Amino acid sequence: MASSPHVSWFAEIGLAERPHVGGKGGSLGELQRAGIAVPPGFVVRTAAFERFIATLEQRAAVRARVESLDPADLAGITACSRELRARVEAGSLPADLQDEIAAAHAALCSDPAAPVAVRSSATTEDAADASFAGLQDTYLWVQGAADVLHRLRSCWASLYSVESISYRRQRGYPEQGVAMAVVVQRMVDARSSGVMFTRSPTTGDRSVVTIEAAWGLGSAVVGGEVTPDRWVVSKITGEISVRDISPKAIQHVPAAAGGVESVPVAEALRSASSMSDEELQKLRAIARQVERHYGCPQDIEWAVQRDSNEILLLQSRPETVWSTKDAAPAARALDNPVAHVMSIFGGRR
Amino acid sequence: MSALPVSKGFPKPSSLKVLPGTERAQAAYPYYCQFTRADDERFWFYNSMHFPEPMSAFDMVTAEAAYCALGSANTRVHVLPTTLGIDYRIVNGRVYIGGNAVTDPKEIALRTAEFHQRAFYYYEHWERLYAQWREKMLALIRDAQALPSLELPDFEPLAHVHAGRGVASNHYLLDTYHKTLEGYFRMWHHHFEFLLLGYGAYLTFFAFCKKAFPEISDQTVARMVAGIDAEIFRPDEELRRLSRCAVELGVDAHFKDGLSPEAIIRTLEDAGEPGRQWLKELATSRDPWFNINVGDGFYHYHRSWNDDLSMPFAGLPGYIGRVKAGESLERPVDKLQAERRQLIADYRELLGSAEERAAYDQMIALAHRVFPYVEGHKFYCEHWYTNLFFNKIREFGALLAANGFFPGAEDVFQLTHYELEAAIIDLMLAWSNGSPPRGPDHWPKLVAERRAAIAEWAKHDTPPALGPVPDVIDDPAIVMLWGITRESLETWLNAGSNGSAANEVRGFAASSGVVEGPARIVKSVEEISKLKPGDILVCQVTNPTWAPIFQKIAGAVSDIGGSMSHAAIVAREYGLPAVVGTGSATSRIKDGQRVRVDGGRGIVTILP
Repeated sequence: MASSPHVSWFAEIGLAERPHVGGKGGSLGELQRAGIAVPPGFVVRTAAFERFIATLEQRAAVRARVESLDPADLAGITACSRELRARVEAGSLPADLQDEIAAAHAALCSDPAAPVAVRSSATTEDAADASFAGLQDTYLWVQGAADVLHRLRSCWASLYSVESISYRRQRGYPEQGVAMAVVVQRMVDARSSGVMFTRSPTTGDRSVVTIEAAWGLGSAVVGGEVTPDRWVVSKITGEISVRDISPKAIQHVPAAAGGVESVPVAEALRSASSMSDEELQKLRAIARQVERHYGCPQDIEWAVQRDSNEILLLQSRPETVWSTKDAAPAARALDNPVAHVMSIFGGRR
Repeated sequence: MSALPVSKGFPKPSSLKVLPGTERAQAAYPYYCQFTRADDERFWFYNSMHFPEPMSAFDMVTAEAAYCALGSANTRVHVLPTTLGIDYRIVNGRVYIGGNAVTDPKEIALRTAEFHQRAFYYYEHWERLYAQWREKMLALIRDAQALPSLELPDFEPLAHVHAGRGVASNHYLLDTYHKTLEGYFRMWHHHFEFLLLGYGAYLTFFAFCKKAFPEISDQTVARMVAGIDAEIFRPDEELRRLSRCAVELGVDAHFKDGLSPEAIIRTLEDAGEPGRQWLKELATSRDPWFNINVGDGFYHYHRSWNDDLSMPFAGLPGYIGRVKAGESLERPVDKLQAERRQLIADYRELLGSAEERAAYDQMIALAHRVFPYVEGHKFYCEHWYTNLFFNKIREFGALLAANGFFPGAEDVFQLTHYELEAAIIDLMLAWSNGSPPRGPDHWPKLVAERRAAIAEWAKHDTPPALGPVPDVIDDPAIVMLWGITRESLETWLNAGSNGSAANEVRGFAASSGVVEGPARIVKSVEEISKLKPGDILVCQVTNPTWAPIFQKIAGAVSDIGGSMSHAAIVAREYGLPAVVGTGSATSRIKDGQRVRVDGGRGIVTILP
């Protein structure tokens, strides 16, 4: 299915298109273009949001209403938020747009009941603003085109949450640049999932990949409900220098009624490693590839698909803790290279 | 570094008692290596890395010759700024050593200026000096090989008389003994001519890597530096070559597990031209590559492949099987070299700046320059020369045993080198004056007593260190050669005498990977046949001579060796988890116990 001004498949986009597909959408497209497997999906571009907002604006002001708010007036912001969110949630999409998204959904899910994630992928003129992303909503295990359209509007509506509006008002961002793309992506029923850093979070060492994983969906690891297994793998040699297997009593799995539920892990698997050595090596290769692609250390979420054992990347972000610490060089070149030995023979100075 | 509680010191040397009944054996060691009260004020540690077993009276010569040479290189030749040589003492057959640090800043400054003129010169002219070193070593080996055999004829040969030699045969016993001993002491000077400088340059790069990549493993740094075609790989390569020859010549069926080397050689002698051809190839390999011994060269009973073919022959059936299965057994040297280049480039790419990369380039170039010596010297010194030396002493043993001094030739190693000279002079006198020698009344009792003492000493653990704990271990020689740091002392203090938990044996992480299996304690070459596929080899020392059996086993644990030791290099080449330098694995692990070897962390766990 070819893309349109309103819908783009991941393979067609990259980071350069962030103003139209948001940070999350741009990153997923970029990864797929780099040859890294991600759960398949498409982005409902900001152009769709703009058309939708335009229909709302025809009835009553949206952006001007937000811009008129005093950042200190919490009661005013709360009232505005409630009103705008209700309008967005209740609004209906132009028919052609609705058809286009439904068709993309059908192309993504041959089984119409196949679960998808609907994720906000907001953008401003300054798309690099990292803290913006955390204020938007994500909906997991959404089934059927109707529900997708509903959650699409919920994502759009989250642009008008109290927190989002306050955030923009405090910084005085013009509303004209503020838009919301939405990612629609197949859910992964994960056998195991986790996170990895392409450098050591404890020492900042760039030659290792630190991997944490547990059984089931990643929400249990991210939410801290289970102590994950942990490995430190040499980025270069693949040597596994740390191998901490933790008892894992529970895991998150897709619930029959939709959403996620926490269930006990089978006795035999509790103390078993949630990843094989071979899979750890695959993760290492992915970590190197992603890091090379972006040119800086990354913080990556991933999952292992239950049936195929295929590893899929869910998200990759630049690592932020160590990259801001400017380490002194471990040594500098010397006029006489031999003089380096004085670091060993010269005694403590 | 954290401070230690004062109460947790090591025992004073004076509190370490000579085991009852062994006092006379202890007194046989020279006065200068006996502990005295004055030694209580100094810090000492047990050199379990080089001397993991009680030393016989003669073998003590290795400590003496080595420390004479090590100390002079540090103190007077290269003039290391912060350290002099090593003192040693022997108690209960165990060698304790202590460093001599230089702490006075004025003295350090003076020595630093000297060091720049001496050590820097060596680094800058390394290739030429090392080429010269090999020539010197080969000349020394030729001299040792040329020493005459020991003969005391009933009458001086007529030819000597007619030639007017004027010096009788008994004198040549003393002459040859002195030359034997002199050559051994000289060899150790050659050994240390480059050693500290070589390790220092390697450790400079090592320390840089640890700073730039705090979690890089020791063995990865070693892999970046280690040579691909070092001498030390040759003995095993010769075995592979001989295995290919056996298949090509069609004599492979003669190599069966369980047959003695002598039996196999006999069948080959009877196997016509192909059999004789293979034996010719064997002779080519043996000189010099079978001059490698089954230990680190510090004990007389670590025999060479040439002296005991059971070790190399144990590897042949396995290799032959692989040749017949279509493997070439050639080490893929080009591929290994390309891998090493890639490894170096990959780490280089991760460095933070061009400045850091320039420093990295300088340091690895220096490490590569020195490493052929670091890897190569052992074959010439600890193996080839040391075998010649101990075998010459064994000849004296055979002569003395034939004259009733003691029951067997090996008993000679129960005499100190001073006592051996006395015994030789006793025999010279007896030959000259026609009276019986006095030795047969004197030595047998002492030899038996000393053998019993060594057996007794071996049953008891000895403290890893003695005396007050120094504030800081800043002696590069001790850190480099023994890996002793303030942290390792703390581990010793906080644990039992072996420095680890009851079910754990710790050593150097030599080759990564985790494996479980039954432990097989192998203390001598005779026990090699016990090994079955999947066993964990637990031995005192592994070195390249053991490579042939590495193809059978699942993992290796040794008492001696560092993470850049040859054992570690071979284990990595075989992709075998290995922990080396545990100090105590062969005494703490029982044959047949299940163990887990974690070669990446240097931990062996005895499983319940």
